[in-house]
Amino acid sequence: MSLVVPRSVRRPLPRWVEIGVLPLVNVALAFLVVGIIARIIGVDSFHALKLLLVGAFGSSESIGYTLYYATNFIFTGLAVAVAFHAGLFNIGGEGQAYIGGLGCGLAVLALDRYLPGPLLILLAILAAAAFGAAWAAVPAWMQAWRGSHIVITTIMFNFVASALMVYLMVNVLIAPGSMTPQSRGFADSASLPSMQAVLKSIGIAVAPSALNLAFVLALLSSVAVWIFLWRTSWGYALRTMGHNAEAAIYAGTSIRRMTMLAMCLSGALAGGVAVNELLGVHHRIVLDFPAGYGFAGIAVALMGRSHPLGIVLAALLFGALQQGGAELSFEIPAMTREMVVVIQGLVILFCGALAHLPRPWLQALFGRRG
Amino acid sequence: MEETLTFITLTLAATLRVATPLVLCAMGGLFSEKSGIIDVGLEGKMLMAAFFAAATASLTGSAWAGVVAAIVAAEALALLHGFACITHRGNQVVSGIALNILAAGLTVVLGTAWFARGGQTPPLGDGERLKPIFFPVAGDNVLVYVALLSVPFTWWLIARTRFGLRLRAVGEMPLAVDAAGVSVAWLRYRAVLLCGLFSGLAGAYLSIAQNAGFSRDMTAGQGFIALAAIIFGKWRPFPAFGACLVFGLLDAVAIRLQGVKVPGVGEVPVQLIQALPYLLTLFLLAGFIGNAVAPKAAGVPYEKEH
Repeated sequence: MSLVVPRSVRRPLPRWVEIGVLPLVNVALAFLVVGIIARIIGVDSFHALKLLLVGAFGSSESIGYTLYYATNFIFTGLAVAVAFHAGLFNIGGEGQAYIGGLGCGLAVLALDRYLPGPLLILLAILAAAAFGAAWAAVPAWMQAWRGSHIVITTIMFNFVASALMVYLMVNVLIAPGSMTPQSRGFADSASLPSMQAVLKSIGIAVAPSALNLAFVLALLSSVAVWIFLWRTSWGYALRTMGHNAEAAIYAGTSIRRMTMLAMCLSGALAGGVAVNELLGVHHRIVLDFPAGYGFAGIAVALMGRSHPLGIVLAALLFGALQQGGAELSFEIPAMTREMVVVIQGLVILFCGALAHLPRPWLQALFGRRG
Repeated sequence: MEETLTFITLTLAATLRVATPLVLCAMGGLFSEKSGIIDVGLEGKMLMAAFFAAATASLTGSAWAGVVAAIVAAEALALLHGFACITHRGNQVVSGIALNILAAGLTVVLGTAWFARGGQTPPLGDGERLKPIFFPVAGDNVLVYVALLSVPFTWWLIARTRFGLRLRAVGEMPLAVDAAGVSVAWLRYRAVLLCGLFSGLAGAYLSIAQNAGFSRDMTAGQGFIALAAIIFGKWRPFPAFGACLVFGLLDAVAIRLQGVKVPGVGEVPVQLIQALPYLLTLFLLAGFIGNAVAPKAAGVPYEKEH
């Protein structure tokens, strides 16, 4: 896995360079290329950067949207990271979030006439996690028991999820009389309270935005993932498997069970996107709501070095890019929102596949004789 | 009788049209995977090539300039993949995913900046496209024949030449190739470049032969279907070609079956047929239909010990 340093480059760098400088240099390289691309299409990078920052942080509304986008990135970043720690590469976050949305929506559609709000929301969140986990469990089972490569199977499962959802939305779940494939609206009691309403109740006035309590759930999930990975024996076994599967076997860990556990957790976390999008914003099941967040989670996890704190920070950056980028595209039409997608790709390239590119330079600067 | 014959002919022609980019892409992917470099970035290379083919054809008015641009664009991404995976021993899957996402974004960013049509290129005129050679109805442009020839060519190169022997060896046991004094990196770079060539042609086919211009995300998962075909063909050219034809046929049939009731089964959901290539590959991977064994060294960066 990308987290393992190849033998030949394992010459020691001081720890603070390894953790603090190398990742920053990687990110800086990615943004350098972004600057070059902006130059090619004739956009003044510094002017664009200023507009982007204002668009992302300029008002309480824009901060709200930045955090709302960050919520999705935290969930998918955590999802990818948990699998990474187990030495597994889960590319299926997109499909797991999608199917998580199916579970979340089915729970609400079935029960919103009978249950009170808080219980309903709790059940819907659990259903999102359970469906996401189930969609990840099949590739995990295929890897653990049948030896099929999880990268390939999770990719295929994304496409299958997409086809399944289109079929269900067009033929089964579509609201009667509706022209667009979306389900009937959820009852009001099934809405996650917006952050504006929550803050208002404690006397803080902010502008309305899409930000809702799912953001708090994302932060709690980050803490929970940290506790699980670094403070429980299961988390220890999971990380051992990721570092050295053979050592884990000798320690008595069941690789099969750990693979299932890691992937189910990963899928459940991806289901969080559905909570933010469906319970928080759309209030119905809609098509294509994962909108690339599952793939972006790879960039978030790599940039955050698979640590929950790093992931939250990286998610904030990507949230700001998403929100600021949207504002930017109004001001400079040549800078489309897809620039954010380009940045995601470059971050995955430089923080993932080319992570060791700057290492020789840093070794020349800071390296100790090994 | 005549109606049935027309139906069959049209379906076969449609199959070939749909299968052509899959075949080209799959043959490219085969070279890469045989050499031990996993390529989940076929989709991105094809998309980038499709964009540059249409953009160049539109700007120069020449379809052939478009084909050249497509190859150059795909080779650029292929070299980047090689640089990350061969030279820097980066994770091959991570690199492939990065290229896919990069291509998805960059084609729209550049397209919008250059043509201001929401990521599309201007519609191409007749002179700017590759036209059918013999049968106008079938759409048998030059790339269809290239795709058909690419299969025996790939087989011959991999199975019957010295280069192919070494290519297979480097995908199974690079240490042995290195010990024999042959450069692992150079072999793998050549494989990756061949992959870029074919996926570039596949991209050009999409935007300047099958369609008249580029539209965003126009590959729509075909790179992954080609990957599925490689796995389905168990990393052999002719079986992979067969898989491409089957997947192409499914696609051609899916369009015709829309809303039609099949006797005894009822209406078959189009989405099911569209998902069938993936589902079949999953069944294969789970070991329910034979066994697909990848080249042993696929995905493992090679490190010289000395």
